Amino acid sequence: MIANLGAVLGNFVAGLGRAQFFLLAILRAVPAALLRPSLIVRQLYMSGVLSLIIIVISGMFIGMVLSLQAHHALVRFGAADSVGVLVALSIIRELGPVVTALLFAGRAGSALAAEIGLMRATDQLSAMEMMAVDPMRHVIAPRFIAGLLAMPILTAIFSVMAIGVVGGHLITVDLLGVDAGSYWSQIRANTDIHDLNQCFIKATVFGAVVSWIAVYQGYHSPPTSEGVSRATTSTVVVSSLSVLAMDFVLTAFMFR
Amino acid sequence: MPPIPQPSAADSATLVRVRGLHFSRGTRKIYDGVDVDIPRGKVTAILGPSGTGKTTLLRIIGGQWRPETGAVEFDGINVHRLGRSELYALRKRMGMLFQNGALLTDLSVYENIAFPLREHTRLPENAIRDIVLMKLEAVGLRGARDLYPEELSGGMSRRVALARAIALDPEMVMYDEPFTGQDPISMGVLMRLIRSLNQSLGITSVIVSHDVDEVLSIADQAYVIANGQVLARGTPDEIRASPLEYVQQFLQGRPDGPVAFHYKARSLRDDLLGSA
Repeated sequence: MIANLGAVLGNFVAGLGRAQFFLLAILRAVPAALLRPSLIVRQLYMSGVLSLIIIVISGMFIGMVLSLQAHHALVRFGAADSVGVLVALSIIRELGPVVTALLFAGRAGSALAAEIGLMRATDQLSAMEMMAVDPMRHVIAPRFIAGLLAMPILTAIFSVMAIGVVGGHLITVDLLGVDAGSYWSQIRANTDIHDLNQCFIKATVFGAVVSWIAVYQGYHSPPTSEGVSRATTSTVVVSSLSVLAMDFVLTAFMFR
Repeated sequence: MPPIPQPSAADSATLVRVRGLHFSRGTRKIYDGVDVDIPRGKVTAILGPSGTGKTTLLRIIGGQWRPETGAVEFDGINVHRLGRSELYALRKRMGMLFQNGALLTDLSVYENIAFPLREHTRLPENAIRDIVLMKLEAVGLRGARDLYPEELSGGMSRRVALARAIALDPEMVMYDEPFTGQDPISMGVLMRLIRSLNQSLGITSVIVSHDVDEVLSIADQAYVIANGQVLARGTPDEIRASPLEYVQQFLQGRPDGPVAFHYKARSLRDDLLGSA
C-alpha cells in the first residue's frame, strides 16, 4: 500500500519535472515561432474562433442564471438595484476567467491534445524531425502562443455576454424590471481597473496552463488510439483541476 | 545558421558506417553488435522478418534514436555526437520515406512538397513552384497537386512522400517498407522510381523491407538481419545462394525452419487441457 503510494507520488513528481522541461523547451521555441505569424493566426482561429459559440452561449446563460439568483436574494432586502454589481463582480473576478478556462480546456485543449497525439501516431512529427524542421517551433510553440492569446479575448467576450447584451442585462432590466440606468451606474461605481486587471491576469495564466497541459499531453501520448484517447481525457481533467487550484492561489494573492 | 558538420577521414565509397550497434527497447534486445556499411550511390536492402528492428535501424541512422553503444557515421560524421542544430543541418542531406507516408494532413500535396523548401531555402515562390511540379512529375502526380492527404490512396500517399523526401535533393533516401500494401502497378512504379532516382541523381538508397523478390530485384547489395545480428550480406545473388538455413527459410517463406512461426508458448495440448 505504502509502496504503491510512493510509486504514484514518484510518477507524479517525475511527470511534473518532465512537464517543466517541456515548458522550457516551448519557451525556447517561442521566438522562432513568433517569426511565423501565419502559423499563430491559424492556431488562433482553431482554438479561439472555433471556441466562440460555446463561450458566447455559456456566457449568456450563466449571466441569466446569476441575475435570477441575485435578484431573488437581493429583492428581499430592497437591494434589487445591486443585481448588476453582484453579477459584474462575480463574472469579472471569478466566473469569467474560470468558466472560460474550463470551457476552453474542454473544447480547444482536448482538440489540441488529440491533434498533436495523432500527429505523433502517424509519424508526422518524426517526418518533420527528419526534414530538419523542429516540431517544437513549428507545431508546439504556435499552439501554445495561440492559447495564451485566445484565452483573455474569449474571457472578455464571455464577460460581455454574461453581464450585458442578452445575459444579466436581459433578465435584470428587461424581464425583472430593474432600471437600466441603475443597473449600469451601479456596475460603473463598484468595479474598477483592479477588477479588470485581475480578470486579465487570471485569463492569461489559465490560458498558459491549459495550453501547456494540452500540448504536453498530446506530444507525450503513446502512438495508439488508446494513448490519444487518454491524452485528451487527461488534458481536460488535469487542466480543469489546475485551473481551479490556480484560481485559489491567484485570488489569495490578489486579495491580500 | 547552424555549423555544417565536417567529416572525419572517411572511406569515400561508404556513406553510412554502423559499427558495434547495440540497442534495446525495454527489456527486448533489438541489436546486439551489428555492423552495416551503406555504399555511396548504391541501393542497399535491409531484409528481415517483422519485428527485427529494420525501421529502428533507419531511425538510429537518422539520429532520432540513440544506440546504447556503437557508432553510426554519416559521411564520416558521428551522428550521435552532434548537437541539435548540427544534427538538423546533417538531416538536410538525408530524406526518409515513412511506411505510412507521414504527410502533413493540414497541407495539400503541393504544400507538403513545398514545406521543406520553404523551411530551408529562400527561393522565390516561382522557383519553389517549378521544383514542386518537377518532383510531382517525377512521381506521376502533378495532376494531384491540389488534393489533400485524406483524398489520396495508400500508393499515391507514398509517392507524394517520396517526392517530398527528395525535394531538397538529399544525398541519401531511406525507404521504410515502401512496398507494403501496394497493388502491383503502384509497386512497379515505386520500384522503377527508386531505381531511376538512384541512377539519374546518384542518390544513395536504403530500403527496409520484407518483400524479398521486389527488393532484391533493384538492390545492389543486401543485408539479412534477425535476432539482433547480421546473418548475411552481399549482392542479391550471393544472398540468394546463402547456405544458411535461416536465410533460405526467410527468402522462400517456408513455415518450418530455424525461424519459429509461433511465439514461445507451452504446448497446445497443455494449454487446451489446462485450467483457464
